[in-house]
Amino acid sequence: MFEYAPAPESRDIVDIRPSYGLFINGEWVEPQGEERHKTVNPATEEVLAEVAWAGEADVDRAVQAAAKAFPVWSAMPGAERAKYLFRIARIIQERARELAVLETLDNGKPIRESRDVDLPLVAAHFFYYAGWADKLSYAGFGRRPTDGQGGSDPRPLGVAGQVIPWNFPLLMLAWKIAPALACGNTVVLKPAETTPLTALAFADICRQADLPPGVVNIVTGAGETGAALVGHPGVDKVAFTGSTEVGRLIARSLAGTRKKLTLELGGKAANIVFEDAPLDQAVEGIVNGIFFNQGHVCCAGSRLLVQESVADELLEALKRRLGTLRLGDPLDKNTDIGAINSAEQLAKIRELSAAGEAEGAERWSPACPIPDRGYWFPPTLFTGVAQSHRIAREEIFGPVLSVLTFRTPAEAVEKANNTPYGLSAGVWTEKGSRMLWMASRLRAGVVWSNTFNRFDPTSPFGGYKESGYGREGGRHGLEAYLAV
Amino acid sequence: MSERTERLSVRKTYKLFIGGAFPRSESGRSYVVTSSKGDFLANAARASRKDARDAVGAARKAFPGWSGATAYNRGQILYRIAEMLEGRRAQFVAEITAMGGVGAKQAGEMVDASVDRLVWYAGWSDKIGAVLGSSNPVAGPYFNLSSPEPTGVVAVVAPQEGPLLGLVSVIAPVIVTGNTCVVIASERAPLPAITLAEVLATSDLPGGVVNILTGSAAEIAPWLAGHMDVNGIDLTGADPELAVTCEELAAENLKRVLRPPVDRVNWLADPGIERMTAFLETKTVWHPIGI
Repeated sequence: MFEYAPAPESRDIVDIRPSYGLFINGEWVEPQGEERHKTVNPATEEVLAEVAWAGEADVDRAVQAAAKAFPVWSAMPGAERAKYLFRIARIIQERARELAVLETLDNGKPIRESRDVDLPLVAAHFFYYAGWADKLSYAGFGRRPTDGQGGSDPRPLGVAGQVIPWNFPLLMLAWKIAPALACGNTVVLKPAETTPLTALAFADICRQADLPPGVVNIVTGAGETGAALVGHPGVDKVAFTGSTEVGRLIARSLAGTRKKLTLELGGKAANIVFEDAPLDQAVEGIVNGIFFNQGHVCCAGSRLLVQESVADELLEALKRRLGTLRLGDPLDKNTDIGAINSAEQLAKIRELSAAGEAEGAERWSPACPIPDRGYWFPPTLFTGVAQSHRIAREEIFGPVLSVLTFRTPAEAVEKANNTPYGLSAGVWTEKGSRMLWMASRLRAGVVWSNTFNRFDPTSPFGGYKESGYGREGGRHGLEAYLAV
Repeated sequence: MSERTERLSVRKTYKLFIGGAFPRSESGRSYVVTSSKGDFLANAARASRKDARDAVGAARKAFPGWSGATAYNRGQILYRIAEMLEGRRAQFVAEITAMGGVGAKQAGEMVDASVDRLVWYAGWSDKIGAVLGSSNPVAGPYFNLSSPEPTGVVAVVAPQEGPLLGLVSVIAPVIVTGNTCVVIASERAPLPAITLAEVLATSDLPGGVVNILTGSAAEIAPWLAGHMDVNGIDLTGADPELAVTCEELAAENLKRVLRPPVDRVNWLADPGIERMTAFLETKTVWHPIGI
């Protein structure tokens, strides 16, 4: 083992204001109510800033600003809208280091991930959808060669109300705002209550890009703010990423309206390793599948299904690898596992892990010093897990892996699909025909074979079953924001 | 005694269509179907919650085989349904005109349009993947392909108007892509639906791919909307109140919901592909490229 010297990224590059208002109609405004909320650095519990808690009146103001901006923005030639989005992509690239540090401070994820994964994907997403803005008539929607309307641009929906989670704050913002704007919609976005800072920094980016006022509005708050937004009669489109539980509530509340809805919800993905798989690569894939972003990933490979004949060998290699993971200061460039995003999430992970032990699974973690302050959970794996165990059924959303075994491919499919979720799955095998056989039978929106947790703006992402509906990314991602 | 008597016709018993068989409602209930003038036409089965549950079971059982069939095979079977329907043209014309309100000429046009609609959808089976799928140029050494897959078991509240054309127009787009379905026929005009079931039963369509219930949509649809093994629901034929109830129930397992149309549907118009895309998922498969 090498000795590591600390290699902290400087936080001097970020300039966090003590207090933030709401970004409505291109300006910072104070909320009508008095309520404010502190956002903390989960690695230190240090207060980073105070943000406004938007009430119904504030949401109404934001929706009205978006509605007022819609005729201008939607009528603008696509090529002009595209240039605004290209500008935004460029500004994000220019400010990538600052945004990465800010994301790590507010979220707790390792700087290595915010710097090398989140921020490059954020910029790429804006760059990708920018290019669609003037090519929508080629996207395959709205062309009716037989009725004389062929070739016209498909229409945007209007005002999009968007609610995003705390696990990839700026990346989820990009997934929501970039396609919405490219298609000609205007947006009101609510970031998660524990991670508002990069969305608020994005407001400043919109100003630097001279984006017309009202095209992007950011309202901070918690569940009530989100409910006010999705329930606002002036909202034409709702996009939500978060828990299946909240997704259900939103779907129910939209019954009888004409609002278009896309949901990207929870998951309990199976990562399936066959005996012929390259085990060293599989170990890396398993680690990336469940310990990337502390397991705060809806598509995390949280159920490892390993073929019985190689289970012992694989687990031994996996445990050895987990012993090398470094948990600690998220700003340290050596850190593999950062902080759990909030005390609430930590409590949930602890509760489910305790249930795993209580139900009879065997718990294992490597020796792993835990910092004194902040919210932390060591990389953990459970063996002897039965399909009926809560840790095999419920989304833990933390660095906890449940290990199950199988004998035949059919059994692997059966177990993998034995969940109400259907967001992602992984298959590790050197046999091409078996990989495709598995991929065709797994009821999941994304299948990673001999890899895991890969994302790209050109590649549609989204779930089957209770993991939600609609796709984000690629040509498919346009559909959510067009009247088609 | 007179020399000759009018031959007494043999009437058909209109039953449900579940899993390829024609059972009565397990509830033993039926209801009177009349023409628009109030003349008795038949007693139709009044399906119950348990019939709906049995139909979902049959649809689920049929799903792996039907979704796993080749697109070419599914296309040929839809075309076969069109052939069988064409052969029964006179019967459908008689059944539609008996309901009243529509003359033989107009009924004939509806049957012809229904046949043509099936032929149109038959051709989609092996093309929808090319139209909706994509090869995605990701920024890295990966093969990345997206393709549409059927959602699963779909409940369909068929339109109350257009007892044949409307019905065919909501069933065909659901099944051509590999879904299986449970259909609630028009309550007022259920007879063509059961006769269509006879067409389906003789078209090489595997049992359970289409299941047809007659009775009250208001009674049965909420059970299907809340059923945890139903993946999607088409509310085209639901009145506004029923549609809201069903959409709320459908949220429980995040069913894909096709809301009722805002305007009255012209079933003769080009249907577009929205009825197919409503019940399709997109699956994206990644694989590294390397040596």
